[in-house]
Amino acid sequence: MTAPSILKGRAWVWPDDVNTDIIIPFRFKARTNDPVEMAKYAMYGFDPEFYKKVKAGDLFVAGKNFGGGSSREQAPVAIKYSNVAAVIAESFARIFYRNCFAIGLPALEVPGIAKQVKQFDEIEVNLQDWSVKTRDGSVHPALKVPEFLRGLMREGGLVEYYKRHHNFPWETLETKAVAR
Amino acid sequence: MRQDILNDDSLTFAEKIICVRADGLGKILRPGDITVLPVDLAMAQDSTGPLAIKVFGEIGVPKVWDPSKIHLVIDHSFPAPDEKVANLHHLMREFVKKTGVRLVEGSISHQHLLENHVVPGMILFGADSHTCMGGAVGAFATGIGSSEMAAVWASGKLWVKVPESIKVNLNGQLNKGVFARDIVSHFIATVGEDGGNYRSIEWKGPAVKDLSIASRACISNNSMECGCKLSIFEVDPTTQEYLRSVNRKSMYEIHAGSKASYKNEYDVNIGKIVPEVAEPGNVDKVKEVGEVEGTPIDEAFIGSSTNGRYEDLTVAAKILKGHKVKTGTRCVITPASKGVFEQAIKNGLAEIFLQSGAVFTNATCGACVGTHLGVLGENEVCISSSPRNYIGRMGAITSKIYLSSPATAAASAIEGKIADPRRYL
Ligand code: SF4
Repeated sequence: MTAPSILKGRAWVWPDDVNTDIIIPFRFKARTNDPVEMAKYAMYGFDPEFYKKVKAGDLFVAGKNFGGGSSREQAPVAIKYSNVAAVIAESFARIFYRNCFAIGLPALEVPGIAKQVKQFDEIEVNLQDWSVKTRDGSVHPALKVPEFLRGLMREGGLVEYYKRHHNFPWETLETKAVAR
Repeated sequence: MRQDILNDDSLTFAEKIICVRADGLGKILRPGDITVLPVDLAMAQDSTGPLAIKVFGEIGVPKVWDPSKIHLVIDHSFPAPDEKVANLHHLMREFVKKTGVRLVEGSISHQHLLENHVVPGMILFGADSHTCMGGAVGAFATGIGSSEMAAVWASGKLWVKVPESIKVNLNGQLNKGVFARDIVSHFIATVGEDGGNYRSIEWKGPAVKDLSIASRACISNNSMECGCKLSIFEVDPTTQEYLRSVNRKSMYEIHAGSKASYKNEYDVNIGKIVPEVAEPGNVDKVKEVGEVEGTPIDEAFIGSSTNGRYEDLTVAAKILKGHKVKTGTRCVITPASKGVFEQAIKNGLAEIFLQSGAVFTNATCGACVGTHLGVLGENEVCISSSPRNYIGRMGAITSKIYLSSPATAAASAIEGKIADPRRYL
């Protein structure tokens, strides 16, 4: 599965510091290995009925430190299987961010974005030039990400990538080193 | 070249360990650079492991890279509280049979690894955020998710970005009733919930020598609450003494250079710190105990990978001895490992707990993640020595969690409301 390069959708706007316990509580995620089941508990901490309200192709826009707390990959998986097409945040917590690339959920860091978007605004994510277009037409570039990670995301995550290339994207990475 | 790097005076701990351990690298990397590390120890637990097993199957590699270096730990809900969890535990045991990886049941992963396997200079990836606890003895230890864990099982390697570093100088002496947990809570409040995101924290200064390995483990563990990648205590005589006592040897003793450059430096006089309590919802909403004293509670929980060590249970026992848990309040005490459990029984702590009216459980994450043995109902209030107070973490999304040291939680259990532990010590 290769992600299309332009994603258009309505935005769910979330505050700063949305942690993984809010995104999917432990007691639900630790009782299933089925991503469709996990999606039923997406954003449960804020709204247990979220899964009934979300529509395919919706986007997330959040403040700083989205996905903080636990390492649970079930958090981005629940978002992905809610058919949310991408997550845009002012910043991401480290493990959540890694997990997004590993499962092929587009995650873009755009400083200041939460103030530019209102709940259910139609916005556009460009995965080619790695930017976000808000309702007024202005374009907000996301922070740069190494090409191997964008490639991983485009190809749908680690499983898809490995099946196609028979290696992991970092195995062919040339170690970058700064001259002394 | 490796020796040159070890002696390099300009590198932080994180920069140095990554340069030393990156395969055949032989050059200096700086924050932001990306490289690949070989893995010495890989751990997944019962809420990240089943998904990793599924992903590993989908990747389709026939064998794991090295079964002796892979640990599957059943700790989050041990023993299984219901059928659904039991099924996932079964999946893990079947995977262990098939691949020969190591199975651990009934000790919290981080404590089990610290008690048995972690050594200075090793590279440890765990599918659990609090893996950074291994930094207490100078290991590169950090958390990842299930898919990356599956990739580690397949290849024995993983990419890392060299983090920026933060230095915290600890000075002074702790006052009575104040513990390692209060130091780290105080620090989280200072830097905020994402103040350590992507960063490596180095704990330094004259007060470090007074901190036991258990106290360091508490600090390294709980540093995760500011998002850090690593939280490091370098090897010192306390570490060496500990390693001798458990008959283990360092892989590398990494020391940051004296001219290393840090993103931020903090000076903390630990003599000024008082018992700290984080208010419900966010780990950085930290107050002095006096500001929240008297808040009624339904439950006090003492345990977790942050504060379920023998040192913690000893303090709780000291406070609870000769007292009763307030009627209508429950006090749940959960050791972090089988070893701690046994020691607490052998040395009479269990008896003190039971006489006080507390519940003393087997080792598990249990209440910390609201899976069993201390789950909170609608609108209930808990004071907990676990690391997180997020919405719904321990049960109903309307329940509320205050965080504190085990001492503050024990004193609160006696009074049925948040209480200052200094009155009991
Ligand atoms: S005790 Fe809590 S914080 Fe520690 S590993 Fe278990 S769930 Fe995580």
